[in-house]
Amino acid sequence: MTAQTSTLLAEAETEANQPVQRRSGRWRYIGGKVLGSFGALMFVIVFNFFLFRVIPADPVRTLARNRLVSDKQVEELTRTLGLDQSLPRQFLTYLQNTFSGEFGLSFKYRQPVGEIILDRLWPTLLLVGTSTILATVIGIYLGMVSAWNRGKLVDHMSTGFSLTLYSMPEWWLGLVFLAVFAVGAGPIPKLFPTGGLHSTDVDPTSFAGGLDTAWHLTLPVITLTLAYLAEYSLIMRSSLLDEMGEDYLTTARAKGLRDVYVRRRHATRNALLPTTTLVVLNLGFIVSGAITIETVFSIPGLGLLTTEALEVPDYPVLQGTFLFFSIAVILANLVSNLLYGLLDPRVRL
Amino acid sequence: MSETTSDPTAPVASPAPVSDFVKSEKPREPLLEIEGLEVSYRTASGEIPAVRGVDLTVHAGESVGLAGESGCGKSTLASTILRLQPSNATVRGGIRVCGKDVRTIGWSDLRALRWGQAAMVFQGALHSLNPVQRIGDQIAEPIRIHDSTPAKGIPARVRELLNQVGLPADRAQAFPHQLSGGQRQRVMIAMALACRPELIVADEPTTALDVMVQAQVLSLLTGLVEELGLGLLMITHDLSVLGSTCSRIAVMYAGRVVEEGPADEVFEHPQHPYSAALSAAFPRIGDPAARYAPAGLPGDPPNPQELPSGCTFHPRCPVALARCSEYDPPIRMAEPNRPVACVLVGEDGRDRSAAQSS
Amino acid sequence: MSDLTLTPRRLTWQRRRKSAGRTWSQFRRHRSGMIGLAILVFFGLVALLAPALAPRSMIEVTEATGGVLQPPSWEFPLGTDENGRSVLALLIWGARVSLLVGLLATAISMFLGTLIGLASGHYRNFFGAALFRITEWFLVVPFLPLAIVLASLLGRSLLNVAFVIGVTSWPATALLIRAQTLSIEGRPYLERARALGAGDWRQMSRHVLPNVMPMVFANTTLTVAIAILSETTLSFLGLGDPLRVSWGSMLDDAFQTGAITTGAWWYFLPPGICVILVVMSFTLIGQALEEVYNPRLRDRT
Repeated sequence: MTAQTSTLLAEAETEANQPVQRRSGRWRYIGGKVLGSFGALMFVIVFNFFLFRVIPADPVRTLARNRLVSDKQVEELTRTLGLDQSLPRQFLTYLQNTFSGEFGLSFKYRQPVGEIILDRLWPTLLLVGTSTILATVIGIYLGMVSAWNRGKLVDHMSTGFSLTLYSMPEWWLGLVFLAVFAVGAGPIPKLFPTGGLHSTDVDPTSFAGGLDTAWHLTLPVITLTLAYLAEYSLIMRSSLLDEMGEDYLTTARAKGLRDVYVRRRHATRNALLPTTTLVVLNLGFIVSGAITIETVFSIPGLGLLTTEALEVPDYPVLQGTFLFFSIAVILANLVSNLLYGLLDPRVRL
Repeated sequence: MSETTSDPTAPVASPAPVSDFVKSEKPREPLLEIEGLEVSYRTASGEIPAVRGVDLTVHAGESVGLAGESGCGKSTLASTILRLQPSNATVRGGIRVCGKDVRTIGWSDLRALRWGQAAMVFQGALHSLNPVQRIGDQIAEPIRIHDSTPAKGIPARVRELLNQVGLPADRAQAFPHQLSGGQRQRVMIAMALACRPELIVADEPTTALDVMVQAQVLSLLTGLVEELGLGLLMITHDLSVLGSTCSRIAVMYAGRVVEEGPADEVFEHPQHPYSAALSAAFPRIGDPAARYAPAGLPGDPPNPQELPSGCTFHPRCPVALARCSEYDPPIRMAEPNRPVACVLVGEDGRDRSAAQSS
Repeated sequence: MSDLTLTPRRLTWQRRRKSAGRTWSQFRRHRSGMIGLAILVFFGLVALLAPALAPRSMIEVTEATGGVLQPPSWEFPLGTDENGRSVLALLIWGARVSLLVGLLATAISMFLGTLIGLASGHYRNFFGAALFRITEWFLVVPFLPLAIVLASLLGRSLLNVAFVIGVTSWPATALLIRAQTLSIEGRPYLERARALGAGDWRQMSRHVLPNVMPMVFANTTLTVAIAILSETTLSFLGLGDPLRVSWGSMLDDAFQTGAITTGAWWYFLPPGICVILVVMSFTLIGQALEEVYNPRLRDRT
């Protein structure tokens, strides 16, 4: 999601948020947002169903596309997947299953999809969590410096740097890092592992194991961080530039406040508000960015799971991960909206 | 409002006792002294003159009005008083506030001057106040920096200030968007008074307010000037506002003061054609003939990058002479303390016949 | 004296031409936009002239003449791939696919986005509100997982990739156009058109659309940038057309055949650099156009 889209969505939200005066308005706001998220969730669940059952003209054929199946096997497959029932009946079964946490069996692993997802959740969270924190902190700082020094060399360099990062597929940067730092190029020795999360000879739960994991995650985290750093820096920069043009800063300066203080306490603080909400909003989409990074670095998380599922194709797994990624975005959306409501007094009271 | 005599060096006589809020012990020294001020902006398309030589003085207990259309340079002038002009502005000339040369004093002296001795009241639109900070905190901010009031005493002082401008004390917890336009303007005034300044510069304090609220804010300002013995420089495009609140009015056009004098004199008997037009734009109640007077001036304010030759007003002047397009008249005294810049005004009073023969 | 009578239609076109000229002269002043345009023209020419620059045979696996993963040499300026084909030739032909898919996907996305955006902005009733809700919901669905799912269901072909990208990126355009429509519809001349009896379709096509187009145009270039990035990613994941070479598929092959571990930089660096250049060029053009159409933004940079 581009900075532009994020801004548009935030604007559309603000348009819908009129300042509510009464105390009870706060609960109405929260309630409204939760309801909206629930609606989005329902949509995604229904969409998920139609995606897999309705799009392929003959689901069974599609499922069996790359494998030779006899007619008997086709029949059995049809029965197992419940495709011999009527569409509304299938939908009902699907809903029942979804809400009871049953997502079917993976074709490849013959295990319940829900279990597999839970197994592979942790590496993805680690990767995405660390990267987001770093990207946010560094990106916001870079954006601030750019805005304060607008027009100077620092600003141009930073903006150019961000633009280049923004135009590059983040996984390609990962490939380059692999080639340079994991394989070694020229004078640079092999500094990092070429993939995986753990070395085979180290106990992952020990302290040494923790360090080992961190060592494995260094390059992936750096790659993912750089990918989103650029966007956050650009957002913060433009947000701060908007604030810096506001009249109340002249008032503050006229009151005898130091320039640095004016910038820090007034302008930056106010500019952080839209930036933070956009960052949280973006969180949902970073999770999807993990797909490619995990593939490049062979990190056994949900992203790699999705790419591996493509080969078979392991549709139950694909359906499960799709649902998971969508829920991540919806949640991030909700938290971002609530955060905005909490922080901006124009909406809060 | 105290009636000023025509001699500005005479001691100011205010009817109300000057309260002990006034720090200055030498009421004779002007609070604001602007001499030959010139301001121009450096832009990609060259140097654009905004102020081209202005002299202005404000004394304690005196309220001076500065009137002019948008683009005449009055806001630029206001910004230089506390050295708040944008970084691409070049300033020449003298600006003295409470005896200190604003252009050359050190940074810490300037910060002490700002708000502590001279404060500004901006247009109280939603954007002059920090939208996410409570107004009580915004009023308290300069007190924390300048005043010696202990932290415990600040809330009481904020309440005192709010009362002084006619706002209930509980409004201190409100955010700017919860107040009406008139209330926000009062907050700006309360904020300006926070550190007990001697001079207040009000830049368009009543624009965008409706007439009733405008009258309230104006009477508040004049009351405060009287009560506290402040000096007030009121800048606006609305001449009628100045007519009722100020003791002296200066009219600005294209970066220069074209006329100055006691308020009622300038309003009733304007000497410069521009002031005449401004004044005529406001019909007098009870004068039927005024309703038929042509309102407004033809044309637009001059582009600062392409000022007309000679007298800058001549393209729009209803009584322009042939030589007005070549000759830029200097400021002359129509009467004692009545500077006017027009060829039709001689050294002693209007000398039309002599001018017309040239 | 001209013997061309000035009809309203002719007048409109005259005005349009003049305003286009004005836009161009304003655009010319943006150095970054011009650089972007130059890069784009370069790659466009390369893509168009591909058969002339590198004969088709050079990318046929069966006709490969070079060694496996050879470093650059006189014969192969950018070395060879795992099949012995010239990487430079692959790069040239890859430009075709990347640009083509990018443009096609954008066309689909813009078409859908404009239609839905206009409608949701114009119709203030339940229909318009419903469209807006649906747009918001689609924004919530993360692009890559959806694209992966769709691509795996529909099969791998050039058209499908373009379709998948187009169908997943219309919401952003729709939001933008809806916002523009709402602002334009508030203007008096729309009210007048309505009072004169203009129907929905006429209002939208004759009045709103021409005014929305400039912003749409600027937005299109940015959409192409994203579309090209998406195509590269999808091809890298193996979802592209197996019969065609694209920069993404080159990178996929490089990854799969261990070019990373053997340090065959000539294989994986050039495609990435090309993608960066093309995407950056579209982004720069888009940013410059945005500033031309919205002067307010000029103060930002």
